[in-house]
Amino acid sequence: MGTINVSGKDIEVDEEGYLVNRSDWTEAVGTEMAKIDNCDLTQNHWEVINFLREYYDEYQIAPAVRVLTKAIGKKLGADKGNSKYLYELFPYGPAKQACKYAGLPKPTGCV
Amino acid sequence: MTESTGGIDMDEETSGVVKKFLYVNRKAPYGTIYALESLEVVLIAAAFDQDVSLAFLDDGIYQIVKGQHTKNIDVKNFSPTYRALEGYDIEKLYVEKESMEARGLTEDDFLVDVKVMTKSEMADLMASQDVVMSF
Repeated sequence: MGTINVSGKDIEVDEEGYLVNRSDWTEAVGTEMAKIDNCDLTQNHWEVINFLREYYDEYQIAPAVRVLTKAIGKKLGADKGNSKYLYELFPYGPAKQACKYAGLPKPTGCV
Repeated sequence: MTESTGGIDMDEETSGVVKKFLYVNRKAPYGTIYALESLEVVLIAAAFDQDVSLAFLDDGIYQIVKGQHTKNIDVKNFSPTYRALEGYDIEKLYVEKESMEARGLTEDDFLVDVKVMTKSEMADLMASQDVVMSF
């Protein structure tokens, strides 16, 4: 358990950097988490992050990477719904890394 | 750490066998951990490209009933997750007719599309599986 500092406020994260309280999330929190990983979030990153937040709101889980890839393809087009594109954006694994910045728990099935 | 579909080398020699898995859900969604655990196992197993079916019997039928509100018992309402199963290519959901009728429910009360089958059809379904896991 640790904390990250976002605009003067300490936010609790677990040992892998995921938010402890989902309600603490703001875009600034996502940006700060990415900065810790040396990742600059672009519009393309945010598309995926926002998609994950919507998915979670609807289904109450973070999708497995296979499901994410398929759903992104349906929503944002085939040029984005493939592993290559998503792994380039999120080299630590699209579901795992993007879920972290989205303030969501690690996808079910990720060990 | 690996992503849920990664880390395992599914080449042609090892991925040839597809088994039929049936997850049998018999318990009410809250009060015990069985329903949630079953759902998590199903979601994890979905990554392995097996032939997966879910059956709902007895009080397990309440797991997929519409309009669950869990705020006052202070647990997460995970019922929306059943609607994510389709995206995981899990589309074979079965409800036992006798259990459904005994609880005054109809197909319209469920938040996912299901196939209703009689106790004896359910027995045949179970007999046709390679693996049956009961929760």
